[in-house]
Amino acid sequence: MKKLINDPLKVADELLDGLVEAYDGQCKKVGTRSIIKNEIADNKVALLVGGGAGHEPIYHGLVGVNLADGAACGDIFAAPPPDIVLEATEAVDRGNGVLYLYGNYAGDVMNFDIGAELSSDSGINVSTVLITDDVCSAPPENKGDRRGIAGLVLIVKLAGAASQSVSDLKDLERIAKLAVLHTRSVGVSMAPGSIPATGKPTFEIDENLIGLGMGIHGEPGVSEIPMTTADDLTPKMLDLIIEDFINDTEIEELSKGDEILLLVNSLGATTMMECLICLRKAKEYLNEKGIVVYDTAVGPYVTCQEMSGISFSITKLNDELKKYWDMPCESICYTKL
Amino acid sequence: MGKENLDLSDTIEMVKQVAISIIDSEPLLTDADRNLGDGDHGLGMERGMKAVIEKIESSSFNQISDVFKSAGMAMMSSMGGASGALFGTLFRNGGKALDGKETLNSEGLKSFLNAANEGVKSRGGASPGDKTMIDALEPAAQKASENISLPLYELISLVSQAADKGKEESKDMIATMGRAKTLGERSLGHPDAGACSVAIILKSMSEFINQ
Repeated sequence: MKKLINDPLKVADELLDGLVEAYDGQCKKVGTRSIIKNEIADNKVALLVGGGAGHEPIYHGLVGVNLADGAACGDIFAAPPPDIVLEATEAVDRGNGVLYLYGNYAGDVMNFDIGAELSSDSGINVSTVLITDDVCSAPPENKGDRRGIAGLVLIVKLAGAASQSVSDLKDLERIAKLAVLHTRSVGVSMAPGSIPATGKPTFEIDENLIGLGMGIHGEPGVSEIPMTTADDLTPKMLDLIIEDFINDTEIEELSKGDEILLLVNSLGATTMMECLICLRKAKEYLNEKGIVVYDTAVGPYVTCQEMSGISFSITKLNDELKKYWDMPCESICYTKL
Repeated sequence: MGKENLDLSDTIEMVKQVAISIIDSEPLLTDADRNLGDGDHGLGMERGMKAVIEKIESSSFNQISDVFKSAGMAMMSSMGGASGALFGTLFRNGGKALDGKETLNSEGLKSFLNAANEGVKSRGGASPGDKTMIDALEPAAQKASENISLPLYELISLVSQAADKGKEESKDMIATMGRAKTLGERSLGHPDAGACSVAIILKSMSEFINQ
């Protein structure tokens, strides 16, 4: 793999320096490897995201206006260690508590939890909401075990908007949990990405197969199916999400007239051309069912280097979530006017 | 004749010895992890223990608990990922159990190991038999609790043997946690890399106390 990098061990640090430049004065780097907004209002309930690097533009690209206040960044594909979580927490805290919102992976949970303990020791009030949108990674009755994938963009957007107006941490935690409950994703993979330091593929999959429900690091999914067309695959993937809303007793199924957000994510190598072809089919399929697509987002948001694959995420809106979705936001990862 | 208790400077020396043993065992740990995980455990532990030595040599300590707690933090911040969090928790929680103690004796070793074991179990969610570091740490902690009346040098020797036995027994376990879990029965026959590290740490402590 031809990669434009320098020292493979400095990839995470150098990309973060570049990201700060790309933000052009809105954000700054603090401590070892954290990025925070330049302006965070006094008494604001802060929203902190984070995770391993190498999946750009998330998570550190989600710091911005009406989005996250800061991000704790790990090394490539590795959770940020607790002292980085602590430095990021201290940097975004304005005395009214900090919500951690990140994807449910064992390394991230352990390190953020220790970071939370260290933050509590220094008198900062911290709560955690895990992003668990990948419906193929566990059945609805164990949905707390699910991994976090591209639905995180919608969830962080909603929580970021909410963080502007809530008066306390409990309320932000409640809204973030609501956004997680209402957001479901299904992904497929067609070819692996590579690990920047070694050039090795992140997983293996047969040339002629698609991993249905496979995770962004190659975690096993539902099944491996023969390579097919965009119009054949799109309804299969959406059906898995629709069925999950039916099977989960904690939320109403998607019915005629329901309004949703629809996000089509490229894992890196899948082109905008392919994403748009899938988006067109998705819209048509959902229209047939009478499900109203209130807003769409399409592009590479949650990537794994040059991994080939796509995911669909759906957020079922209610009045409260819709109000937060309607607020404008701005960041390198996602901007809404 | 071994030591019956360790003062602050003994403790600092012992933790350095432990770090050196792990660094020297890097090829062995890398091999152990290559059979089951992604092969980065040895390099991660080496990086963590180098950070421990650096931290200990550049700090001054007032009590023995701080030596272990600093070592834990150094591992967490330099290693990252799940193993940094877990081995960091081992030293940090073990160290907390020694707060206020001026020396490390048999009672202290028992408290250290039990707090470390409980901390790692609650952090990582593993139980005995899951083919993890717990399979070396839990029998070590139990052995310490059962033989508390022995002098430190005899106790640590038994503890080290118990950890080594647990590590060996992990060969017959099927992995249910971490990256090795997708291997299922193919994980049989190899010891868990984390259990190997725990066994090396305790063996090194035993050698220091008995030298």
